[in-house]
Amino acid sequence: MIRYLGLRVLQAIAVLCATFTVSFAVLFLLPSDPVSIAVDSASTGTTVDAAAVAELQARYGLDQPVWVQYWNSLSHAVRGDFGYSIATGQSVTEAIGNAVPSTLALASAALLLAVVFGAAVAFLATYTRVHWVRNLLFSLPPLGVAVPTFWVGLILLQLFSFRLKAFPAFGDQGIATLVLPAVTLALPTGAVIAQVLAASLQTTWRQPFIEAARAKGASRWQIQTRHALRLSSIPAFTIAGVLVGNLLAGSVVVETVFSRAGVGRLTQTSVMAQDIPVVQGIVVLSSVVYVLVNLAVDLLYPLIDPRIVEGRRSSDRSGGADVEEKVHV
Amino acid sequence: MLLSSPHRGARIAAGIGAAAVLATALTACGGGSSSSSADAGPAQPGGTLRYGLSQAPTCADPAQSGTNQTIYVARQVVDSLTDQDPETGELKPWLAESWDTDADASSFTFHLKEGVTFSDGTPFTAESVKKNLDAIVNTLTGAKAALGASYLTGYKGTTVIDPQTAQVDFAAPNAQFLQASSTPQLGILSDSSVAKSAEERCAGNISGTGPFTYADYQQDKSVTLAKRAGYDWGSDVFGHDGEAYLDTIEFSVVPESGVRTGSLSSGQLDAISDALPQDAPQIEGAGGQVLTTSNPGTPFGFQPNVTRGPLVDPVVRSALVPAINRQELVDTVLGPNFKPATSTLASRTPGYVALPDVTFDPEKAKSILDQAGWVPGADGIREKGGQKLSFPVLFSSVFAGNQAILELVQQQLKEVGVDLQLNLVSTPEATARQNAKDFDATYYNSTRADGDILRTQFGLEGRNLNSRGPIPALDDVLAKQLATTDPAARSALVADAQKQVLDNGLWIPTVELSQAIGAGPNVQDLKFEASARLQFFDAWISGR
Repeated sequence: MIRYLGLRVLQAIAVLCATFTVSFAVLFLLPSDPVSIAVDSASTGTTVDAAAVAELQARYGLDQPVWVQYWNSLSHAVRGDFGYSIATGQSVTEAIGNAVPSTLALASAALLLAVVFGAAVAFLATYTRVHWVRNLLFSLPPLGVAVPTFWVGLILLQLFSFRLKAFPAFGDQGIATLVLPAVTLALPTGAVIAQVLAASLQTTWRQPFIEAARAKGASRWQIQTRHALRLSSIPAFTIAGVLVGNLLAGSVVVETVFSRAGVGRLTQTSVMAQDIPVVQGIVVLSSVVYVLVNLAVDLLYPLIDPRIVEGRRSSDRSGGADVEEKVHV
Repeated sequence: MLLSSPHRGARIAAGIGAAAVLATALTACGGGSSSSSADAGPAQPGGTLRYGLSQAPTCADPAQSGTNQTIYVARQVVDSLTDQDPETGELKPWLAESWDTDADASSFTFHLKEGVTFSDGTPFTAESVKKNLDAIVNTLTGAKAALGASYLTGYKGTTVIDPQTAQVDFAAPNAQFLQASSTPQLGILSDSSVAKSAEERCAGNISGTGPFTYADYQQDKSVTLAKRAGYDWGSDVFGHDGEAYLDTIEFSVVPESGVRTGSLSSGQLDAISDALPQDAPQIEGAGGQVLTTSNPGTPFGFQPNVTRGPLVDPVVRSALVPAINRQELVDTVLGPNFKPATSTLASRTPGYVALPDVTFDPEKAKSILDQAGWVPGADGIREKGGQKLSFPVLFSSVFAGNQAILELVQQQLKEVGVDLQLNLVSTPEATARQNAKDFDATYYNSTRADGDILRTQFGLEGRNLNSRGPIPALDDVLAKQLATTDPAARSALVADAQKQVLDNGLWIPTVELSQAIGAGPNVQDLKFEASARLQFFDAWISGR
């Protein structure tokens, strides 16, 4: 167990280092330099003194050789210091710190909605015996994944904010401003949950132990809730990392549409402005979140299904085949 | 990772869609330079104006401001030494009651108003002027105050002659400084604000003498401005005396144009930035209007790199001017709020003259090219000495209509046998390639309410994206206008410079940029200042 833990933590650190390095390399390879962009966008086309640009580059250390810049930013980043935004002069920690609460509220509300509705759709789709309801429910997840978030957001705004005036169209103060963006962001995430969980439930229902349970007199409801759901939730649980990625990526769109000053919109504006320090800070933050979620999932597996760690030890037993042994009705 | 968000794709798509519907959507939309209070009765003080910005201001400090959205906010907090009349371009008293200029335009003496105070309670004096200008040159520098520092090129220093008299000296003639003294970038902050670092100044805890003060500044989110009680030193350009009418202005950042328009028409906002042409019917349908004004400076146009490709040939450059049907560009793509360009300066720039050569005459274009030996090839594209008359234009979508405009120009040029290739890149890449002069032609505009823009854009010491060598007559006139203080004499020089820029094929103008502010039915007298940015001093809310 300790070895399993240690390995996972080491992996997490390696992933963080890799994302930092790759993001640094990508930003460095872009054809423009951030200072010229910052100065140029601040001057709406008027000439800017080359000396001024050089001075600003020196101020941000962008005149140093690439390996010095890499080492500086890495060593500062390790200490939690990501420098100053080139576009606004704000410290990166402060800029991201201001944006995090808004995104956290949005992402957790969306995740809650996604889990509840995603699970409900999957549950009902596999439980019901009414054919058309089943078909309808099974067609929902692909639809939810397919419709563009941007479009959904605008439709919701049009209907609930501009026509019905039920919710404010912009801002991020309080529950009222959270409802529409959370629903918008929950849609694609919930669809993924529903899709994975429904597929997994279907597979589980075809397992021989279900027949065994039936033979012992368990009702359809009992089988679904007591056996199928628990076993089938593992794949859905496994994609938690993907879901977090979904939420972070989705927040870029949702926060822009709903005018929320969160991490997603900060990402969008910083990338557009090639504000390297801010983008680096966001990349590191996102990978920390991603890595932590996956680490948590890895650490929780053994609690849901002890065979995952046991399997590593004996390495000759695989899932599936021995499921039957675990059934106690 | 998140580099190409669907949002960005959608925005580009919206831009293209915009161009498509413009022609029909805008026919009913009239343009005025400010909203009319004719039927709203006398101005009523009080109330809050809720304003939707299209992007977050970059900084609270006027000296470090550059983008329109930043200036819309920061402008309200500071007063400037002078103000510029948007109608005439003339400079009027503001914090300075009067001013004298020496003969060669290198020394400017400002006689300041008495009894003016900053919102922190300290008095405004000649010492304040000195501290502000010194800080831009020495502390902020061009790195943080790009525009302000460029206006102060050659700054020798400010002498405090007495508390109400400040003399600003330059090492060389700098006639553009008078207009620059009216800009928000050279607006005056209190001593304690000036003493702060660039970053602290950005965070909003600063005080000026302006009609509004910062009540709350949250980067990327919102800004609240509150009326300055006791304000009594407004500029001569303002429509009324005393305090501003509005109690507060609430700026919110609403990046999506559809959301801004929907919020305006559903009454969640009172006015919005960058109303897209296709949104005008919805705004007008809700009883509001789109306020427009044309930007001063250089209009949109092609700036050729004279060291590369077929544009090395001055004949080719001169043939492009009559090959473009500017009226068709406006009618088909932009609508009646926009104007075709008629010179190398936009029509609202002081010193502007219409140039008769900026006309549409495809036969003239063809005959110029024929005479120069550019003969149509099998595909209709002209050739000379084995070289095709084909060149790419570098541009970005800073302005949503750019691509549609250039697609139409592409068709127009094809008619005379010129093959234009569109090279659409991201704004950062466009900037980078412009700085590296890696293009045959680049397409953009720039805003400045002073003819000196010609020097900064086309001068040998300026940005010179043309990569040109000396042109003595042009270089001479660009230098002379900077040493001429008499407005009439300076205008004559600026007129000469406009013509020479065109005759040398350094700028092939297309259309003038217009600002479009959406205003709800209750917003009265929201006005543009001389540089086409908003001034909220006279604005008021009716029907409350």
